Order: sequence, then C-alpha cells, then structure tokens
Amino acid sequence: MDFRDTAAEAAFRKDVRDWLEANKPSGAVAGLGVTEGRVGMLRTWQRKLHEGGWAGLGWPKEYGGRGASLIEQVIFSQEYARAKAPSILNVIGIGMAGPTIIAHGTDEQKHRYLDKILSGEEIWCQGFSEPGAGSDLGALRTSAVVEGDSFIVNGQKVWTTLAHIADWCILLARTDPTAPKHKGISYLLVDMHSPGVEVRPLRQMTGEAEFNEMFFTDVRVPRDNILGDVNDGWRIAMTTLLHERGTLGFALATQAEIVLGEAIALAKKTLKAGRPAIEDPLVRQRLAQLHVEIQAMRLNNYRALTTVMRTGIPGPEGSLGKLLWSESNKRLGELMLEIQGPAGLLEGSGYAGDNGEWVYRHFRSRANSIEAGTSEILRNIIAERVLGLPKHK
Amino acid sequence: MDFGFTEEQELLRKSAREVLAERSTPAVARAVMESETGFDESLWKTIAELGWCGVAIPEAEGGLGLGWVEQAVLVEETGRAVLPAPYLSTVGLALPVVLLAEPGEMRSRLLQGIASGEMRVALALTEEDGEWFAPLKAAATKSVNGYTIEGRKVFVADAHVAHELLVVARLDDDFAVFAVPAADTAITPLPTLDRTRRLSEVRLDGVTVGSERLIASGKSLGWRPADRTALVIAAEQTGVAQRVLEMSVQYAKEREQFGKPIGSFQAISHKLADMLLLTESARSHVYYAAWAIDEGTPDASLAAASARVAGIEAGRFATAEAIQVHGGIGFTYEHDLHLFYRRAKWDELYYGDATVWRERVAELIAAT
Ligand SMILES: Cc1cc2nc3c(=O)[nH]c(=O)nc-3n(C[C@H](O)[C@H](O)[C@H](O)COP(=O)(O)OP(=O)(O)OC[C@H]3O[C@@H](n4cnc5c(N)ncnc54)[C@H](O)[C@@H]3O)c2cc1C
Repeated sequence: MDFRDTAAEAAFRKDVRDWLEANKPSGAVAGLGVTEGRVGMLRTWQRKLHEGGWAGLGWPKEYGGRGASLIEQVIFSQEYARAKAPSILNVIGIGMAGPTIIAHGTDEQKHRYLDKILSGEEIWCQGFSEPGAGSDLGALRTSAVVEGDSFIVNGQKVWTTLAHIADWCILLARTDPTAPKHKGISYLLVDMHSPGVEVRPLRQMTGEAEFNEMFFTDVRVPRDNILGDVNDGWRIAMTTLLHERGTLGFALATQAEIVLGEAIALAKKTLKAGRPAIEDPLVRQRLAQLHVEIQAMRLNNYRALTTVMRTGIPGPEGSLGKLLWSESNKRLGELMLEIQGPAGLLEGSGYAGDNGEWVYRHFRSRANSIEAGTSEILRNIIAERVLGLPKHK
Repeated sequence: MDFGFTEEQELLRKSAREVLAERSTPAVARAVMESETGFDESLWKTIAELGWCGVAIPEAEGGLGLGWVEQAVLVEETGRAVLPAPYLSTVGLALPVVLLAEPGEMRSRLLQGIASGEMRVALALTEEDGEWFAPLKAAATKSVNGYTIEGRKVFVADAHVAHELLVVARLDDDFAVFAVPAADTAITPLPTLDRTRRLSEVRLDGVTVGSERLIASGKSLGWRPADRTALVIAAEQTGVAQRVLEMSVQYAKEREQFGKPIGSFQAISHKLADMLLLTESARSHVYYAAWAIDEGTPDASLAAASARVAGIEAGRFATAEAIQVHGGIGFTYEHDLHLFYRRAKWDELYYGDATVWRERVAELIAAT
C-alpha cells in the first residue's frame, strides 16, 4: 500500500496542473451546466484541450488519444476538478459514445467518428431513455425496421442531455419486437441532422434547458451505422453504461471535496446565532460527516482502481460509488443553502454566497439520484448482484 | 379532549379549497413567477373579498374575529395551492406584530387595512447578516416630529407590493417597531428562488415618521409574534407536504416500470409512508399550537416552536422525495413539483431554520 504519487505520477500531475493553469478559460467556473450562453466558450475550450492532447486521455494513440494509463486518467480528472475547469462539452461523446465505438466499432467507424469526438467538432447525445422506459430501459419501444440498406427509425426518446446541440446520437432501438425484451435491441449511430429527427428542449427545474425530447419519424439510418450486430444492442449498451461511470467517480469526489472546502469557507464568514457558522456545533457535525463521506468516496475509488489494475475486472464499488456520491452531493447542496440562511434563497445576488451559484448547484443536485441510474435501482443492483439477494418479482 | 374541527372550520377549509382550486392553479403561480411585478392584482382582490386577511382580526377592527386555528386551516390550504400572493407575508409575518402592538389609532388603522385587504404589510426585520433574532444595526432616534430611522433591511418578503412596512429598529436600549409607508423607503427586489414570494432590500435613509407610527416595543412584544409566525409557516409547510404527497401517491399508482406500478416497489412505497408520517405529525403539531396560542396556554411558545420544526421536516422531506419518486419528469420545469419544492425551501430557510427552532425548543424544555 502506498497512497503517494510515484515520481512519474508526480511529474505527470505537475504537467497537467501547469497546463490547466496556463490554458483554462479565465473566470472558469466548474459545476455549472451547458447553458446557451456557455456553449461557445465550451466548444473553444474543448478544442484547446484536444490540441493540448488532453481530450480522450485514455484512448489509444491511433484514435487520437494519449494512451494514458488508468492512474494518469485519475490524476488528470483530479487536477481538472481542482482547477475548476469548466465541464467538457462533448462529455457523452468522449465518455460514452467514443469508448463504445472503440470497443465494438468497425475500423471504418473508428476512423469516421473518433477524431471529431475528441476535437468537439461533432457533439454526441445518448438516446436511451423513453417515456415508458426509464429505470426499465429494456422496455424501450423506439423501432428500427430494415428497408433496403437502411433502418427506418420511429419513436420517441426523452431526457436526452445535449440533443439540442448534438450532431450524433447513440440510439437504442428495437429491431426484433418478437424477441425477449433484451434480445431484440440494436445500437445505432444516428445523424441528428437527418430528416425526421425533431428535438424539443425541456427545461429542468433549475430553469435551464439542458435536456430534450426527441421524436423520430421515418428517419433513415444507413445500415452501416449499427454498432455490433443486429439485436446485440443490449450487450453493447452495457459497455456504454459502464463507461458512464469510468473515471468520472474521481472527478466527482474531487469536485465534492472542493465544494466542501467552499462550504467551510462560507461557514467561516457567515454568522449564525451571532457567531460564525463554523462554530455552530450542528454545522460542524454536518461538515464533518460530509468530509467522512467524501473521503470514503475517494478511497473506495482508489480501492476499485487497484482492483481493476491488478485483475482487469471492476469490483462492485462502481454502483456503491455512484450511490454514495448522489446522496452525499444532495446533502452537500442542502447544507450550502442552510449555512446561508435567507441568503440561500437568492439566485445571483451579492447577498448570497458565491453569487447565487449555489442555488443552481443545489437544484441541479436533486437530479443526481435520478440520472445514470436512480438510487433505488442502484440499491437493487447492489442487493441482487453484489449481495446475491433474491430478485424482486 | 377533542382534537377535531368544528363544522364551521371544516366549511372554511372546504370553501377555501374550492376557491383555490379555481383561482390559485399552478398556471397562475407560473404567471406570477414570470411577471415583472410578481403580483396578481385580481387574485389579491379575491382573497380580500373573502375576508381571508382578517380571519384572526377582531370583528371590532373589521376582521372575522376567528382565531389562529382558522388562520392555520386557511394557510394549510394556501400552502397546498402554492398561493402566489403576499398572503403569508401579511397574515403570518406582519399581522402577529400588529395584533400585539399597543392599542391605538395606528394599530386600528393597520388592522382595518389588513382586514379589508386594502393594505398589504411587510415585516422588515432581518439585515445583511440574515440573522433572525439578533442585534440590529438599523436605529431610530427621537426627532422633533417623531422618529428618524436609518438603516438597511434585507430579505424583506413581499416588500415590493406592500403599502406599509413594519420596520424593526434599535431605540434606546430596546428595539421598536415602526409602521413606515413603503413609499418612503427605497425597495429593490432581489432574485429569489421562489419568485412568487420575492425578497427585497429596503433602504431607509433618514426616514422620518410621526410618533404615532411607533407601534410596539421589543420588551412588550417578546416572542409572542414569533410564536404566531412560526405556526403560520408550519401550517403552510404542512399544506405543501400534503399536496406533493398526494401527487406522488397518484403517480406511484399510475407509473409502471418493469410491468408494475412503481408504488409496488417498497423503495417507493416506504418513502410515501414516511412522507405521510412526517406530514401528519406536522399537522398535529400545527393545530395543537394554534389551539394553544388561541387559549394562551403556558406551553404555547413550545408548541409553536415544535410545529415549526415538524413543518420544516415535513416540507423538506416530502418535496425532495416527491421529485425522486417522479424520476426524470419530477426534475423538469414543466412539472409543478418544483413550485412546491421552491416554496418548501423558502419556508425552511426563512424566519430561522430548523437549527434555530430546535434550539428554541431545547431552551424551552430545559427551562421547565
Ligand atoms: C438531468 C438528467 C439527465 C438525463 N440525461 C439522459 C440522457 O442524456 N440520455 C438518456 O437516455 N437518459 C437521460 N436521463 C434519464 C435517466 O436515465 C432516467 O430519468 C432514469 O433512468 C429514471 O427513469 P425515469 O425518469 O423514467 O423514472 P422511473 O424509472 O419511472 O422511476 C420513477 C421512480 O421509481 C423508482 N423505481 C423504478 N423502478 C424501480 C424498482 N424496480 N425498484 C425500486 N424503485 C424503482 C425510481 O427509482 C424512481 O424513484 C437523464 C435524467 C436526468 C434527470
């Protein structure tokens, strides 16, 4: 056991830190969403990351990546969070579509898509969820029917983050309606500019429009745009969902650590019952509890990483990590407003800490236990697959 | 022992629910949210005509002469309907102070104005530090014609649509409450997360008021207005919690995943059961506290503080878990849940949070 960086790791960490310091957009704010006004800045930022060789760090060099080791990816995501660099615009392309294409795509597909994912030239979205298929993703009904050398796609998707600016979509569609639920699904790469694709923005409770509904009416998708085999889409989708977590956990834990630091700073300058909130025993207890949880996140992540590096097989810590992060981050969001008292009710005012960004973060955190697997579903997965408990019938 | 409502009280609830179902729909709340003024004149007129502002005001002052139980019934209903009107700020924050002010012409004017709905009154208590029951910077000094007040009030609820402000300021070694015409102050609305109930900054740059406008002193008021305010906010939280519970139960019955209603999964049904437990507990506390205040029982303050704590728990848990039960749809702006979530957050953080009120409970139980 050794929790210190090796000399090589420390040197890599310094490179990352120096580069980010020199290049990140001035006034960079982490944790804010992809709002209309920020898209241009985020595009430019991603291009810069790519040019610097920092996009798709873990991807093989032949596809434009850096071929970095897992530990280097972790170091990068920690430093990235620490620098409070803005979110990566093509997060679904880099984090989900790309790795799935690398794992299951043909050479042609890899050459066609991967480089443009990294540069941010083409933005991707994830068309999995449907109105009737959220937690029960296998119930999806969007259909793809072979006609000549095309699939004809019809159906509706929902909660599709970034669809309003996306060029491509990883889409799950049913190609065999007679097969058992999970056996008749295919994994398509759909050009969002195709005739018959309609995107309607949905506003989130934060007030921002970051996700969308998508309607597909007789959309023609070339047969070549399938990933893997017809009806083998479920298996491939599992690759995508695995990557949805990836090294993200490290970034999230570091981010939570930073936000906790901000909460502590705020508690020092905010008065509660006539003295700094940081002296209030209840505030102290809650900050302390959050520290313990966030450190558990970080250490669980390290342990999972070591397991993967030694055995190549991820342990159960993935679901645990997402569950812990979602629930802690919501509590952190609540505490950030509570420390401020009535100022916690203000969005963007000098009277509110951090100029009201915390109201956004607080609201946004409410989705953490819904997106990428609800907390209830994660607990089911842990109970059934890790603990071996009987399945709910 | 009888912990039930009278026929009149039931009728009041029923008629309020009917009126609100028609006049205070989520669509109306959204319109108020988006509007420049954050105020719906015709909705306010409806409330005024029904006499809702005067429920707890004596008949001699133009009110209905009922009590805090009836007031709580009404506010529970307005909470259930996320009423987008400066109602709670008037009857919950300002009225308790006015009712307990020194009898006199100014008090009568204010009570009659409130009772008729012609006068909206806002309580200007907190300052920059957002502390509720803390020393104040705003100060009044005696002048030839009355008093001159200097100071800055922040987080004043619904000040932007008020006619009169109850400004709390230091005076000698105590504090005093002055009724200040809103027009004599500089009011700047602040971007508030519940835009149906906006907070403002209020500047008083040497505002002079006549001596009749000093309506109460701190020593005479004590905690009595705070008891009533705590009760009213708790009643609203109960209504908010009740409504999102109903929405969630309904949704859990209808929404199917894995071939079953999600309400059949215990992860969901147990959440709903916990919501009910907290909501019912808050409701019991609210009506006991209302009765205790009406009767002037020795434990009225403790009952009100307890109601406030129970209300915060119910409102916070129910609105947060309602979003979780709804999944993605619950996180949208289009869905009405966030209106309730915002209102519950407002109620939670305004007028002292759970920590402040638990401390108050602790003080009171330790003193017995
Ligand atoms: C901000 C945000 C961004 C998103 N982005 C995307 C995206 O880009 N692409 C995409 O495809 N999807 C996206 N989603 C969708 C997300 O994956 C779904 O919302 C999620 O899977 C839940 O599905 P649902 O909303 O239909 O809720 P439901 O599945 O209807 O769940 C409702 C409630 O029932 C519970 N429940 C359901 N089944 C069970 C069970 N078996 N046991 C116990 N409890 C259960 C859930 O936990 C939840 O509390 C996004 C969602 C959010 C909130």
